[in-house]
Amino acid sequence: MDYHKPGSFEEATEIANNNNGITRFLAGGTDVLVQLRSDVLTPDVLIDMKHIEGVKDISFDDDGWHIGIAVSGAEMSEHKQLTKEWPGVVEAMDLIGSTQVQGRATLVGNLCNGSPAADAVPSLIAARAQVTVTGHNGTRTVNVEDIPVGPGKTSLLKGELVSALHLPKRTKNEADAYLRFIPRTEMDIAVVGCAVNLEIENDVIINARVSLGAVAPTALLLKTAAEKIIGSKLDDNALDQLAQEASKACKPINDKRGTIKFRTHVAGVLAKRTAKIAYDRARAVR
Amino acid sequence: MNKIHVNTEVNGDDVEFLCDPRETLLDALRDQLNLTGAKEGCGTGDCGACSITLDDRLVCSCLVLGVEAEGKRIGTVEGIANGEDLHPLQQKFIEYAALQCGICTPGILVATEALLKKTPDPTETQVRYWLAGNLCRCTGYDKIIRAVMDTARDLRENS
Repeated sequence: MDYHKPGSFEEATEIANNNNGITRFLAGGTDVLVQLRSDVLTPDVLIDMKHIEGVKDISFDDDGWHIGIAVSGAEMSEHKQLTKEWPGVVEAMDLIGSTQVQGRATLVGNLCNGSPAADAVPSLIAARAQVTVTGHNGTRTVNVEDIPVGPGKTSLLKGELVSALHLPKRTKNEADAYLRFIPRTEMDIAVVGCAVNLEIENDVIINARVSLGAVAPTALLLKTAAEKIIGSKLDDNALDQLAQEASKACKPINDKRGTIKFRTHVAGVLAKRTAKIAYDRARAVR
Repeated sequence: MNKIHVNTEVNGDDVEFLCDPRETLLDALRDQLNLTGAKEGCGTGDCGACSITLDDRLVCSCLVLGVEAEGKRIGTVEGIANGEDLHPLQQKFIEYAALQCGICTPGILVATEALLKKTPDPTETQVRYWLAGNLCRCTGYDKIIRAVMDTARDLRENS
């Protein structure tokens, strides 16, 4: 295994493009090193991304938030303004692993690992997050929901890498939330995860994004479910319809963590609870 | 396979070692630097027995490569005591019998020291969540939590 420490994304993509074996990018390493150590996968080329300028920065400008690809979960949770504006994204990231894992794990790593049960991914989809993809032929901007294509698989082409993650600018009356179901209280993989991002005006929901994780080969963006609560004040009728649509969208598997029936039911329950949290947050004065 | 030369700082001392790029920082600490305090429990970041600090951030050293330590500041359990004088946490762990086999103890000491630096007045819930990534199969955790809470109280009163 060759280890590289490129100083730019262009250099990183060049190294990846010239390698005909297996390439892995190293940021937090909480997935890559586990795979390496359990002999699931030994890359021929390992590209450490942490020496590129700006990868540890969280910044804000007229376009919104920019989160560096090597920013850890702990660093996000410690950022007060980010936590205030994007509580759902921060709490989703914070649910991943232990304190030790939080010291290393990254949002972009969670996305590119391609797990259907990734906690941060539904929150990013609900947030309308986008990533900058750098490749041999320059850069392109991609919606987060278009990155995972199946368990462990992404739409990134050979040599391509995610070089930045962007969250939109917040207006005053918006908020998001993320909840997941696990059989224990901490340190487990989602049986179902749900993210809701809302914009309200005079207590009426005028914009909504709902996303589910761990109930299909990739995290889902639920357009119909979101439509059921747009125009409402999140009354019981709207919540029931949201739950119904959420359950309907599930295409889960049976595994040791949960059955198809259980996951389908819990998706509806979590959609309601998550929407309520997001709604209460949006109504609270910032 | 070419070995890579790594310069780093461990418990305040400048050190250097040669390592294979696949070698974890845990293996480098134990096998190259003879710092065997950090233990390998699971090797997959679940058990916390290999906990160290990397630039003051608590991490599992089994999920860090040795080569990533270049230019960093590492803290291990060996750096917690002041010479022959045990750290208050270490004394309390003995007093409370907060260890039995001792495999998890170095990781728990490093983790709790990091917690108390950041949060000198933690609630019991905060301590339990902070230590969720440190597994102990002997004590049932209660003695550990009580030792940490008592140390935190002492440190606050003495500061």
